[in-house]
Amino acid sequence: MHHKVLIPLYDAEVAPRFDLASEAVIVTLDQQRKKLEEKLVVLPQVSAEKLCHLILTEGVTTVICCGIEEEYYQYLVWKRIEVFDSIIGMWEEALKRYANAKLSPGDIVDHTTDQGGNQ
Amino acid sequence: MKSNKPKITALFDQSVPFDTILDEIPIGVVILDKDRRIAHTNKAVSALTGYSPQEARGVMCHNIIRSRICLKKCPVLRLKEDSEPICEHTDLINRGRELVQVRITFAPITSGSGELIGYLETLEDIRALQNRTSQDMHGFRFSEMIGKGPQMEKVFQMLPLLAQNDSSVLITGETGTGKDLTAEAIHKASNRARGPFIKINCGALPETLLESELFGHQKGAFTDAKENKPGRFRLAHNGSLYLTEIGDLPLSLQVKLLTFLDDRVVFPLGSTKGFEVNVRIIAGTNQNLERMVENGSFRKDLLFRLNVVRITLPPLREREDDIVLLIDHFLNTFAEKFGKKIEGFDRQTLYFLNNYHFPGNVRELRNIVEYAVNVSQDSRIGIESLPTYLMEPDHLSTMPTPVSGVSDQGASPLAAREATTVQVTGSTWAQTEKQMIINALVKTGGKKQKTADLLGWGRSTLWRKMKQYGI
Repeated sequence: MHHKVLIPLYDAEVAPRFDLASEAVIVTLDQQRKKLEEKLVVLPQVSAEKLCHLILTEGVTTVICCGIEEEYYQYLVWKRIEVFDSIIGMWEEALKRYANAKLSPGDIVDHTTDQGGNQ
Repeated sequence: MKSNKPKITALFDQSVPFDTILDEIPIGVVILDKDRRIAHTNKAVSALTGYSPQEARGVMCHNIIRSRICLKKCPVLRLKEDSEPICEHTDLINRGRELVQVRITFAPITSGSGELIGYLETLEDIRALQNRTSQDMHGFRFSEMIGKGPQMEKVFQMLPLLAQNDSSVLITGETGTGKDLTAEAIHKASNRARGPFIKINCGALPETLLESELFGHQKGAFTDAKENKPGRFRLAHNGSLYLTEIGDLPLSLQVKLLTFLDDRVVFPLGSTKGFEVNVRIIAGTNQNLERMVENGSFRKDLLFRLNVVRITLPPLREREDDIVLLIDHFLNTFAEKFGKKIEGFDRQTLYFLNNYHFPGNVRELRNIVEYAVNVSQDSRIGIESLPTYLMEPDHLSTMPTPVSGVSDQGASPLAAREATTVQVTGSTWAQTEKQMIINALVKTGGKKQKTADLLGWGRSTLWRKMKQYGI
């Protein structure tokens, strides 16, 4: 079974807020969690509802995000989506840890890289 | 083993760990380095965000604080060495997945030589404050204001809406109608409630002093300016400035206020350097500003700028439903304050107060009740405990007297109000009372018991007064 992972982005970082992310990356991994496909999605407007809708329509199985409200977290879990929340750091590093089955909710994956990210 | 914890060494005999002091501060304190990475946080931040100082250290601020403002328009990027603190209301999502409303203040940290070396953020959880705002409006009150009539209900409905934005507010109304309370209520219900509420009376100071008081001055700007003075505008930074008696503001200062309303920058007297100030202006007056504009004593453009939102407070004489409510409120307040066991006013006094025209509005009513509670020696306050000026002909000239439509319950204030009004011109209280007795006797067909009931007296009081007035 393929894994489809969505990570809301804030430049190269996992977006600090799920509800304020203006873009997201959707990565498809094979059964051995090797990257098959990577797609960047620019969201027409920032909204937790819209992002949840995208997650469901795209058939995402895993969400890696940082701050997310309980309401949306529970909704995604109820929809049988695996959610790793409070992940701080660069999204590629977070994905790498996920692929190696070393990612846990609340991980600060890489904070030494200088990344302001403010627009 | 040597501890790496930063210490404060110069303040006390012994060095004190920096975090022990910081942890005692009840609001969240975040110290950022020049690159906006977290250098230190206190306990309150841990409680708010769910991250300990150790976990947060070295992480970019927006990943720990996660506030809306951080991601949309980071205020820290606007801060320079000499910037005033910036205050923003926003929300954050913490590690516990809670959305928390917060007030964040951002300030620069400079070295001894004035070089920017970091930033200080303070975070206040304002959830409790917002709950209080909704609690403020209950029953017949909003904050400290009381009323149940349609006019006040309209004002109470408007206030929470006005409080949520930063538009300038102009409060008009006769003296004693509650302009100051309204201004304070707006401030308290707004997002600026934790900030200062500074009030200044524009009519209380001479022009030159007022300018220095409002805008501040630079050391040496004039003979007595021995040190820099920030001025009320800068003191009200991140809060509200209430300019009472705005109609008395001299024309030269009106221009300066106008400039401030346009640019939001204050220039202290004698200084060429301006200070950006984030202040909400609330102005109040009992004067007719439109007429003053016609006379040329108030600037039209300033009126337009202040008149963004206008609240007109009704005079007490138009708030018929509120008089009894206010009487009861002030009576309870003062009886408790002075430790007196007072049940209320007798029916005659209530009738009198209910029909008085209150030129001084709520303030006058408050003073009357305070006086009566002080003076009264009975559990029911009688007419003799009211201030004597109320019995003078000028004050009685518009008093109505009950002659018809009054039943046995007619002495209750609201029913009594329905009585036909008879103008008693140029009379004293004795004459008014005599007229009241005659009218009541006419109404009841001369039946003394009914007359006494109607007037709220005992039969013997009526008999004594009839004898006194020769009826």
